[in-house]
Amino acid sequence: MLALIIRRLALGLVTVWLVSVIIFLGVEALPGDACTAILERDAHGEALAKCREVMGLNTPALTRYLDWSGGILTGDFGLSANGQERIAELVGYRLRNSLLLAAGALGVGIPLAIFLGVIAGLWRDRWPDILFSTGAIFAMTIPEFVAATILILIFAIWLGWVPAIVLTPADAPPLEFFPEFILASTVLTMLMIAHVMRMVRASMIEVMAGDYVQMATLKGVPYWRIVFRHALPNALLPAINVIALTVAWLLGGVVVVEVVFNYPGLGRLLVDAISDRDLPVVQAITMIVAITYVGVNLVADILSLALNPRLRSHQERGA
Amino acid sequence: MSTTTPAPRSLRILEILRAMMARPSGAIGLTLVAFHLALAVLSPWIVPFDYMAMDATITLAGPSPAHWLGTDHLGRDVLTRVMLGGREALLVTGTATPVALIWGGLLGVYLGLKGGWRDEIAMRLVDAFLALPGILPLLVLITVFGSGGEVLMPTLAFFFGIPVIRVARAAAHEVVARDFVSAARARGHRPLDIVRRELLPNVTDTLLVEGAMRWSWMLLGFSALSFLGFGVSPPKPDWGLMISDARVYMSLAPLGVIAPVIALSTLIIGINLSADALAKTLGLDHSRKAVI
Amino acid sequence: MAGPPPLIDIRKLCVGFRGRAGAMLPVLHEVDLTVCRGESIGIVGESGSGKSTLALAAMGYLKHGLQKISGDVIYDGAEMFARRPAELARIRGGQLGLIPQNSGQALTPTMRIGTQIREALHLHCALPEGEHATRARDLLAQVRLPDPESILRRYPHELSGGQQQRVAIAMALAGEPDALLLDEPTTGLDVTTQAHILDLLRDLAQSRNMAMVYVSHDLGVIARVCDRVQVLYAGETVLEGPTRAVLHDPAHPYARGLLASIPRLGEKTLPRALDGRPPGPGEPREGCTFAPRCALATEDCRAATPPMLAGGADQMSRCLYPERVNEITGDQAGTQPHGCPEDSPCALDLAGLSIRYDRPGLFERLRGAARPPATVDGIDLHLRQGETIGLVGESGSGKSTILKAISGLLPPASGQITLGDGTALPLTVESRRPDQLRRIQMIFQNPDDSLNPRQSVAEILAQPLRLYFGLTDSALRARTVELLDTVRLGAPYLDRRPGQLSGGEKQRVAVARAFAAGPEIVLCDEITSALDVSVQAAVLDLLNELKAAHKTAFVFVSHDLTVVRALSDRVAVLYQGRICEFGPAAVVYGSPSHPYTSVLLNAVLTPDPDHAPRLMADDVTELAPPAHGCPFQRRCPVKCGTICDTDTPPAQQAGDGHVIRCHIPLAELRAKQTG
Repeated sequence: MLALIIRRLALGLVTVWLVSVIIFLGVEALPGDACTAILERDAHGEALAKCREVMGLNTPALTRYLDWSGGILTGDFGLSANGQERIAELVGYRLRNSLLLAAGALGVGIPLAIFLGVIAGLWRDRWPDILFSTGAIFAMTIPEFVAATILILIFAIWLGWVPAIVLTPADAPPLEFFPEFILASTVLTMLMIAHVMRMVRASMIEVMAGDYVQMATLKGVPYWRIVFRHALPNALLPAINVIALTVAWLLGGVVVVEVVFNYPGLGRLLVDAISDRDLPVVQAITMIVAITYVGVNLVADILSLALNPRLRSHQERGA
Repeated sequence: MSTTTPAPRSLRILEILRAMMARPSGAIGLTLVAFHLALAVLSPWIVPFDYMAMDATITLAGPSPAHWLGTDHLGRDVLTRVMLGGREALLVTGTATPVALIWGGLLGVYLGLKGGWRDEIAMRLVDAFLALPGILPLLVLITVFGSGGEVLMPTLAFFFGIPVIRVARAAAHEVVARDFVSAARARGHRPLDIVRRELLPNVTDTLLVEGAMRWSWMLLGFSALSFLGFGVSPPKPDWGLMISDARVYMSLAPLGVIAPVIALSTLIIGINLSADALAKTLGLDHSRKAVI
Repeated sequence: MAGPPPLIDIRKLCVGFRGRAGAMLPVLHEVDLTVCRGESIGIVGESGSGKSTLALAAMGYLKHGLQKISGDVIYDGAEMFARRPAELARIRGGQLGLIPQNSGQALTPTMRIGTQIREALHLHCALPEGEHATRARDLLAQVRLPDPESILRRYPHELSGGQQQRVAIAMALAGEPDALLLDEPTTGLDVTTQAHILDLLRDLAQSRNMAMVYVSHDLGVIARVCDRVQVLYAGETVLEGPTRAVLHDPAHPYARGLLASIPRLGEKTLPRALDGRPPGPGEPREGCTFAPRCALATEDCRAATPPMLAGGADQMSRCLYPERVNEITGDQAGTQPHGCPEDSPCALDLAGLSIRYDRPGLFERLRGAARPPATVDGIDLHLRQGETIGLVGESGSGKSTILKAISGLLPPASGQITLGDGTALPLTVESRRPDQLRRIQMIFQNPDDSLNPRQSVAEILAQPLRLYFGLTDSALRARTVELLDTVRLGAPYLDRRPGQLSGGEKQRVAVARAFAAGPEIVLCDEITSALDVSVQAAVLDLLNELKAAHKTAFVFVSHDLTVVRALSDRVAVLYQGRICEFGPAAVVYGSPSHPYTSVLLNAVLTPDPDHAPRLMADDVTELAPPAHGCPFQRRCPVKCGTICDTDTPPAQQAGDGHVIRCHIPLAELRAKQTG
């Protein structure tokens, strides 16, 4: 058990390391660097050289990679491109806001998705299934920005319940951007429910057709007890990893939602940074998102190891 | 027990299409997709106005006999721009999807057969790429190299091919475990022959369904890029861009937003319904799988 | 037949499913089944005969997609299909217990054994909740599971197949049932385990006066446990009667054919195949369903479905000529297996083959942990041209592993494989030359898995022909057709896909594919175990024919001692990856023999109610061979002392190339077996 967790942890670290290499090399390969971005038209001759010296861009790539990655390990992401702001500070509140958004969507979305998925799976091809499944297809396919636009159209413009465009500073207390929070997390939750529900449904259908459900029926176990005690745990266990993968993937897509709603989170910062060619900030945010992604998957791995008796003893036999 | 007659490959496609049309989701989906494809091909000849023609006197107008869907903030005809607005998206994603499917699919199947250290390394790299926030590499490349089709197409094909590797590899793993692959290995066929004859025919169904889903997600991604201002550059008409532009005037001229929203949504829903019907037709709808 | 009313009374039951075209396709045609209190009835039939459907219908249950078309299923005086769910739930698992085919799949994987048994008690047991724990322990003890306390805490996957089956039986007993329905409960278990479970079921049924409905394809099993037998053919009852009468003197030609197709230990001839196949659901049937395959069929048979008529010895048979059934067998003797002369030159030689599955990970290597003993070790075999060597043993004996090593799919850790001409074969597939690969071909267990479902039969056969002989176009086609003819299929099969073939036809295609290479050695891995017994006989017959025609050598792996006996010149008995006994088939199956061989031989079931297997060793499943001494030390019923634990047993020569690896002297072994 422990050996397997250590193995997963090691793999996760390898992935994070690879991400850092990809990001660093990717930025290296781009034409121009932080100094050309800051100096813009003045980026030539002595000014450029001086700037590079100040920013430490003259040193070999390997040294800079080690400096940069070493900094990340201690939580220091360095300075933004204009050399004025510490990235760690820039990111701090926005990370909090983004996590808040994700937590809201997950907290509502996952239980609801499981509930709807179970219902749709049990009533396969009958009206609850058709209703939820079709709904899910719509929710999955309508682009986030379209859904967001429609919500703004309805709630801000026609109903006037929330202001259409607001600019809340990132460090404001969460209550101040509550309207944006509600709208943005609604869009995210819808997406999340759609994806996860479809998976739970498929899993449930598979399990309900299984031999042990038939056996439980012929043992005289009442229907709902079969559903909750025999079927549901077996339907959810193998789905944990898949759900985590989906959730982690959706969290990466928060970018668009944040931009649409002007939500003061990491995503909007990322888009702004790209527009400003603020590469250090882009690198930093990418690393944070990647670490979150790997972390979510790791948690799911360990969770399913801990909960699934079959995986657990497979491991024991192997060790 | 089944007594269906065997069908050659070309007929099989027709058969699948017919079976898809027999399902409500397939019928609606395929019709929507066909409509959009026809519109994309024919629209340059049937649009009522020049898409660039501005008329400063009638900006943000409502529907009128001349402009059925009204005009935008520059006085351009919304109907014309909506009809033309899917061409770039369909062209780019329509070429990038097959490319992504083929390179990701082939590599994934090969890794699934070979296993070993190559597989281990490749999968770590795939994991690392998937850990990057979806849209980011696109945004960075576009800001640097511009947003022309010649940049977008290969970029989308590359990044959308990565999750396909994973799916194809998993599908190949299931097939590799079966005895007919062992039999082929024991006979001494070359790995590429085994991929071609034994593996690919058994994973194409999975890949087809995958491809249909990927196409819709790629369209979503493409439109999101345009919406964020990183995709199609003005004055070319594009739905994502139009929604983004018209959003500001949403209260004055809602049709400017609603029309491209409907166009984009119908296309994507069409693709998704088709993919759903395809999966059901091929009997692949009740397997658990992740979006990536 | 006066007396109390029957417990289960099924009358004219028709069950079917809706086909693609929307028509109702029946799988059961007006089947009757009467079970009285304390009686045990066997339902016999081949796959597709509807036997499991019938048993489940007795519980008021039909698999997804199936519907009751007409008829009654009466239990305890009321129609099962008309009962309310709560009533059904009370009867199921209470008065009517089910023991499923594969308990490994039928136990909920996320629930502990104790929880599942207590659930059954909670639902069906009158005892106060507090006594359930004790009761659960008692039940496990009753099904003869050692250490019930620890079993209760385990999860299903932590038990062996035999243990899982016993748990399922304990669970059914929890409801104090009046009747048990058993759906092939021992299929897939090793012979010794099967014999133990049957023994247990017999004792339980007798001591509790339980009725049993025992569904099986295996007449040997039925002979062990049932008073009466009902034979199903294509969804119809064709014969019904007392077990002894049906097995000794069946009054229906199908039952006669079925019995003749069963290979037996005592016989030197190949079993006889039943030609043709039963009609599937929805296929037209006129007159007697069996008429197309029947030697006795007349115009009258084809005109109308015969009624159930009284045959000899209390049997009821759906045959117009029950008294003529005896005529069928007399004129047609079973074929003799083709032997091979002893001086035949060598085809393949295995020397000191040792195979490991374990690959020590980084952790283990760092810790310097001792490696477990090799999965397969010390295999020396000398295969002559045109000879068949049978490898026989229970699951985990390493018999299939040896085939994989010979074929190069699983490179051995050490040892040498030499071809007849003296060339040493490289150990991996990749390093062998095409010509070397061509000479060794393999046929796999399950043709569903070994034939690519996306290729037509022509494509499947073309693979080796193109690879080894470079055939193309008309030459390729001609050779393909020729091959299909040799396996008695013919050109019409060229364009079919595996999904359109029956199990037997698929395995013939697999045989044809192996012979397409013109091999000297064919490796057969349990190739008949996925087939019905009548189809199995046909495949064995085909192999025998090919062997004679091509002088091919076979290595024939099977868990079934009778099948190996029917085909092999020499036999190797394997336990835990080591050869216990080796020699000519007739000698190995005689006396003296290795204690393990005796255990296996004694556990074999024959379709004869007067023959009871002898249970000699416990049916413990061992996961790994012992590090020292005799591989069979832990289960041996005649273990002679610590020497068995410490020293590798010597290879005792018993003459005729018969080798027994045992510490007990030959004379003593012989005495023990006769005594």
